[in-house]
Amino acid sequence: MKKLMTGNEAIARGAYEAGVLYASAYPGTPSTEILENIALYKECIVAEWAPNEKVAMEAVIGASIAGARSIASMKHVGLNVAADPVFTFSYTGVGGGSVIVTADEPGQHSSQNEQDSRNYAKAAKIPMLEPTDAQESKDMTKIAFMVSEEYDTPVFIRMTTRVCHSKGIVSCDGREDRAIIPYIKNAKKYVTVPTHARKLREKVATREKKLLDFSNATDLNFIEWGNKEIGVISSGVCYSYAKEIFGDKVSYLKLGFTYPLPTEKISEFCSNVEKIYVIEENDPYIEEKVKELGFRCYGKNTFPEYGEMLPEVIRQSVFGELLPTVLYEEKEVVPRPPTLCAGCPHRGVFYELGKRKNIFISGDIGCYTLGFAEPYNAMDQNVCMGSAMGVGHGAQKVFDMVNDNKMKVVSVLGDSTFFHTGLNGLIDVFYNKSNTVNIILDNRITGMTGHQENPSSGYTLQGEKTFEIDIENVVKALGFKQVVVIDPNNLESVKKALDWALSLDEPSVIITRWPCVLKKLSPEDKNEFGELFSAKCFVDSEKCIGCKKCLKTGCPAISFDKKNKKSVIDSVPCVGCEVCKQVCPVHAIGKVE
Amino acid sequence: MTKSILLVGVGGQGTILASKLLTNGLMEAGYDVKMSEIHGMSQRGGSVSSHVRYGKKVDSPVIEIGGADILVSFEKMEALRYLNYLKTDGRVVVNDYEILSMPILSGKADYPGNADEILKSKAQTTILDAIGEAEKLGNQKVMNVILLGAIIKAMGLEEIDWVAILRENLNQKLVDINIEALQTGMNLV
Repeated sequence: MKKLMTGNEAIARGAYEAGVLYASAYPGTPSTEILENIALYKECIVAEWAPNEKVAMEAVIGASIAGARSIASMKHVGLNVAADPVFTFSYTGVGGGSVIVTADEPGQHSSQNEQDSRNYAKAAKIPMLEPTDAQESKDMTKIAFMVSEEYDTPVFIRMTTRVCHSKGIVSCDGREDRAIIPYIKNAKKYVTVPTHARKLREKVATREKKLLDFSNATDLNFIEWGNKEIGVISSGVCYSYAKEIFGDKVSYLKLGFTYPLPTEKISEFCSNVEKIYVIEENDPYIEEKVKELGFRCYGKNTFPEYGEMLPEVIRQSVFGELLPTVLYEEKEVVPRPPTLCAGCPHRGVFYELGKRKNIFISGDIGCYTLGFAEPYNAMDQNVCMGSAMGVGHGAQKVFDMVNDNKMKVVSVLGDSTFFHTGLNGLIDVFYNKSNTVNIILDNRITGMTGHQENPSSGYTLQGEKTFEIDIENVVKALGFKQVVVIDPNNLESVKKALDWALSLDEPSVIITRWPCVLKKLSPEDKNEFGELFSAKCFVDSEKCIGCKKCLKTGCPAISFDKKNKKSVIDSVPCVGCEVCKQVCPVHAIGKVE
Repeated sequence: MTKSILLVGVGGQGTILASKLLTNGLMEAGYDVKMSEIHGMSQRGGSVSSHVRYGKKVDSPVIEIGGADILVSFEKMEALRYLNYLKTDGRVVVNDYEILSMPILSGKADYPGNADEILKSKAQTTILDAIGEAEKLGNQKVMNVILLGAIIKAMGLEEIDWVAILRENLNQKLVDINIEALQTGMNLV
């Protein structure tokens, strides 16, 4: 059977065909759909959202030790979170085969940095495969499980955004049923006290030599001979871009197994071609090996050091020009930045925060990061998942060292981010006594990645009802005395809560509780919040004085009619949250029932 | 010879469904097909694009700047934004529909007033009122299938059994109106 699939769907299909029994992940673009698609095989695979990537990794290690084929998937920065167990999992090796998928983001479409996961393979001494398209994503997933079991090691698959989200035709096969390997206690393998771990280190060194032989022998690394004047070495999606530009005339060394790199194959290729181009995304990982082996090549001295190596980038770098195209004045086109949706429950909070002076707003990763932008300008920093409260704590400690300090920290993160790693930061705030205001924007779902359940949503990935962790109780159990829960669409209560919290001499927590406007409501949501908004807001143009205050809410449903100098609300996107209505000084905004 | 179709628009306009139907049809017709989309924060009202490429064997899933045979824009300003992807003899099909972005909504910038003229002066351009036509059919949402019909006609892909593709991929209740929408789109170019 042939199907059009994205790389992410193909990884899921590969996991299914390989007989995987357990899968865990934390959502993150561009990797999210891997687990979502594995979850579709619910009759035979247990698939779960973990609170963060480290826990997902740990659960996958447990499943492997207990004898099942298991898979973890994450975005590149998620691998930083999971790195601790990953490095030692390399030493223990596996029970059932185990695969770790990491999705890099050259060009940073939805990420705070660019990092090359191939460095993790080298650092953790874990073999790595790099698919080019959807078919390879499926095939390599199955091969990765074989390598994992044969060499007693977890195996990385490095995806990139374009491989994750590009579709190609994939031939599908049936599922290989694999029985659970019966568990036998083996402390020397799995208890990593130094006496054992030193032996395991030796095992890893031996394994590396065998894997190098495999890398030189496997068809995953292959040569296509064309003319020998030009030789292109490439991996991942870059191979398909290079083929687009150089066609079939030149020679290619295509690397699908990139840790350890096949030194003999690289030497054979490089010895037979005159001019060598190394085309890869992110770091000069292959290039450094080529140079180490004593060959001169054109790599980062020819191609950009960062960003995607798209076909036009290769063409420009090699031939110094682009294809002829239609030219136009780019300045005529207005940017279209992402915005908080009409009816987004974060709007009220950032509207009120943006008006305050002498506060340092410590942000985090989620839709609410958009609070940094116009018209709110309500964020001073964000660095990584779960960081708001920890960074806020450190900043407050230093602000307090200044005489007559007026700066107060307000840290802001979402419900899923709080459970990801935000909780630890809040513990630091309490334990080390910083007087910060900590806001948890509880919108009842993991929003930005497309609505995944999380520990406080009350449901599992498979939509089963489960225990719901109550954020207010968690915070109070940590010891916080100053805790309020508010409706973020009510500006008066947001304002009051901020006034109150900023006046305190001890840390406080404000929990805003209102569902994401795009969320499919659960019966519990309907019970708690009613049917939400059913009416739309409108501007009474007789009353409107054109003061543009409503535009300061940054709602995409509101625009300003320059001709008539009045605000207008588009009834299609408007959900009637009434934030604009509360802001209007002349009560010109009404509601149609 | 590989052909490249670039579909652009604003998050939520249905470009993804249109490109899904298109690629399924191309696969059924025996072509090799690759398609690439950028997700992520774009679903919050940002600019979106789907690259569709088909032929005997397709390498890159991404269209090169200057490599698109046709640019199909679900929104007018987005057609301008992606114009440099078009081949010099490429064709533009654009929905006569404007969605104002945040800098325009807040009065900091103006929507390009002469988008139609710019497009027409740069390439062979067809401007069509897909929303109006969709409303005539009774459902604004079939706008994307009207635009799909336009692509099919413009690329000479009428031979493919699109009705079967619609039946396979859509809710059965919506098949009939979408068949009409497809035909409408084909008649508009």
